[in-house]
Amino acid sequence: MKIALFATCIVDAMYPEVAQATVTVLRRLGHEVIFPLGQSCCGQMHINSGKFAQAEPVIANHVRAFTNTEWDAAVAPSASCVASLGHQQPLIARRMGNEALAEAAAEVSERTYELTQFLTDVLGVTDAAADLGSYFPHRVTYHPSCHGMRLLRLGDRQSSLVRSVEGIDLVELPLADSCCGFGGTFSVKNPEVSSAMLADKVRTIQATAADVCTGGDASCLLHIGGGISRFERTGRFEGAPDITAVHVKETSSTTVGNEGSEHLTAVVGADDDDHRTPGEDGSAPVEPSRVQAGFRVGQATVHLARILASTKEDPLRVPSEGAAVSGGSLR
Amino acid sequence: MTFLGMPLLPPKRRQQTDLPGGQGNIIEPESFPDVSHQHLSNQQLRNNIGHATSTIREKRADVVAELDDWEALREAGARTKNEVMANLPEYLTQFEEAFSAAGGIVHWARDADEANAIVTDLVADNAPVLENGRREVIKVKSMATQEIGLNEHLETAGIDAFETDLAELIVQLGEDKPSHILVPAIHRNRDEIRDIFMDKMPDAGQLTNEPAVLAEAARRHLRHKFLTTKVAISGANFGIAETGSLGVVESEGNGRMCLTLPETLITVMGIEKLLPRFADLEVFLQLLPRSSTGERMNPYTSFWTGRAEGDGPQNVHLVLLDNGRTRALADEHGRTALNCIRCSACMNVCPVYERTGGHAYGSTYPGPIGAILSPLLTGVEEQGNGSLPYASSLCGACYDVCPVKINIPEILVHLRGEDVQANHSPVSSQLDAALTGASWMMSDGKRMTATEKGLPLAHAVTRGEQINALPGIAGAWTSSRDIPALPNKSFRQLWAEEEGEK
Repeated sequence: MKIALFATCIVDAMYPEVAQATVTVLRRLGHEVIFPLGQSCCGQMHINSGKFAQAEPVIANHVRAFTNTEWDAAVAPSASCVASLGHQQPLIARRMGNEALAEAAAEVSERTYELTQFLTDVLGVTDAAADLGSYFPHRVTYHPSCHGMRLLRLGDRQSSLVRSVEGIDLVELPLADSCCGFGGTFSVKNPEVSSAMLADKVRTIQATAADVCTGGDASCLLHIGGGISRFERTGRFEGAPDITAVHVKETSSTTVGNEGSEHLTAVVGADDDDHRTPGEDGSAPVEPSRVQAGFRVGQATVHLARILASTKEDPLRVPSEGAAVSGGSLR
Repeated sequence: MTFLGMPLLPPKRRQQTDLPGGQGNIIEPESFPDVSHQHLSNQQLRNNIGHATSTIREKRADVVAELDDWEALREAGARTKNEVMANLPEYLTQFEEAFSAAGGIVHWARDADEANAIVTDLVADNAPVLENGRREVIKVKSMATQEIGLNEHLETAGIDAFETDLAELIVQLGEDKPSHILVPAIHRNRDEIRDIFMDKMPDAGQLTNEPAVLAEAARRHLRHKFLTTKVAISGANFGIAETGSLGVVESEGNGRMCLTLPETLITVMGIEKLLPRFADLEVFLQLLPRSSTGERMNPYTSFWTGRAEGDGPQNVHLVLLDNGRTRALADEHGRTALNCIRCSACMNVCPVYERTGGHAYGSTYPGPIGAILSPLLTGVEEQGNGSLPYASSLCGACYDVCPVKINIPEILVHLRGEDVQANHSPVSSQLDAALTGASWMMSDGKRMTATEKGLPLAHAVTRGEQINALPGIAGAWTSSRDIPALPNKSFRQLWAEEEGEK
């Protein structure tokens, strides 16, 4: 198959290694990969900022780049950008009175897939170890991005593929379906609320004691990694009041993956028993909730394409093996 | 003010619609980031909300999972409400005829002022002046009367309105505002409630903070009011166009007391609350309790059709309230917000609401639905209401649980577009200017390529190190997040080099 890579702007400019890993995986399955050079961005940043007039030429550029060349399917290492193609581009083009662009955008979007969607639904890859030779013998937790869950309805496509990597110890992330607080320009328009959401996401990731947190969207991983890095550097959650209602607890000792490890669960708010206000009934004000489970310094985020691309011959290193981490992202 | 040498221009004002906006308690006084700042650091609030929303969220998920036709029910609910909105004038006329034929009296109110004036006159006509020189009414929990600020208005007219819903009573006695549409006193704990009761209920006596003791104190306080007050004021969950019936769905039974004991019953209902047929309740009485309290069915469901001879209130009035609803209906991209049945499922799953609480939205309608409904009712030009559509990370959890399938994220984005047109220019802020520049760059792959050719230089300037602090609007990012070191080369540069070698 001739596959057009839609790198997405953030991967192109910030995480070239994620695009390279995507190419590696697709080539390993025997497919030809092309990179339409005219591409830039899906336009989501402008659309979600209400800048429809400024989004239109960005959408037009995407459509132009992907209609200039012949290809069988387009693939992006991002659920959010692929969702924007289908859910937003035609809508906004129509809002701008550009019906031709709306139709062309819909056509491109129909043949564009998120990476695991493409691997699972189109190529029938369900066992990354067997089909891709994927090998990553480390403790990993997984954050499902909102747009993958709720716009593309990826279900367990991403987690299943990651779980099928040889040697991996995939531990469940408590409150995994909670948004990390990125939300594009939300993160700078409402930085305090965004940071409060991020702090809780980082707390739960720390509680898993995973080496890395993976996911399918570089934008969310940039955000989460940035929060992990800041906490590890300064010892506190900056940018928002240091309070939380997230409690992470060890509920049982079960076998997860290949190693025995604790099963973690998280609740928002307190259990009835300890639903006490600091200072209530004369008790001393206490720190209401700190992550109680293990904490590992040197955590990082990494896109799942790089875990799928990792093999015994050319393994992806983790921080504890001396891999470089920058701004909380695995390099 | 300039940014990157570009002058920051004041925004160009947009041509406004000539439909009047709503008034009353549907307006964010300042921008959401400023108002939410005051609430974000409240650990008590965070605990209470976290506890309540996670409990209700789980209950809802359980009872929804019991129904294998839940998606079909949502679809039917959305379709029915869309049908109402598409034919609202006809359904309203049909309703008025049926309600009047059954002995009820219909009043039409354009806005909050008109509605308040109508209700005040009706109370003056029907409630006696008591020894203290004032009149009294009892109230059923109602969003519409919160929206128009009825209690405050009545107070100035010498009328004391007593809330009978337990949580609304707590809010009222505490001289406070509701922070959740289903659990209005969600921000209060038991100790605070005990103190409020002992302070504000003349007959309360000494109380402990046990829920049963507090409930009993409220029961004694209210029972007397039910038996002696001549006028009750309610809202309505549904109005049935076919039969002229009104309905209230509640948990405590206090609503039922208000709806049956007094001589005069005045209901204030938004014009969007109609359903075409009585049979439509089959769908809505499954959707509402399961989405709202996480119950299969709520304990008390009351319906009345005008006046029943010799039974219940003999003087039955309805105030049909517009207050910006026609304005919202005229917005083709936002009008489905009027489908809302006030279940509060969206706020119980919202990560923003969970952290800021309801007061941060400045409106009777908080959370995701409030972030679209308030600006739709008033227009984005109204004070801080233009900032409400940005109070969301667009995670989409609200849309997933909405029983009438209001695509809240899509309407949020639409209203951001309205705000941009009304309140921003391409360079009216640093963020606006940055997006304007990004649009120019991203509209052409060649410009993107050229821009990325600056990466090796940027990489060198930052010495290949991660970025921990940035000035200006980017500082909002680095307030809590580090940024990875810039790569030496972009993917497209690496690709071009690799392809060049072949």
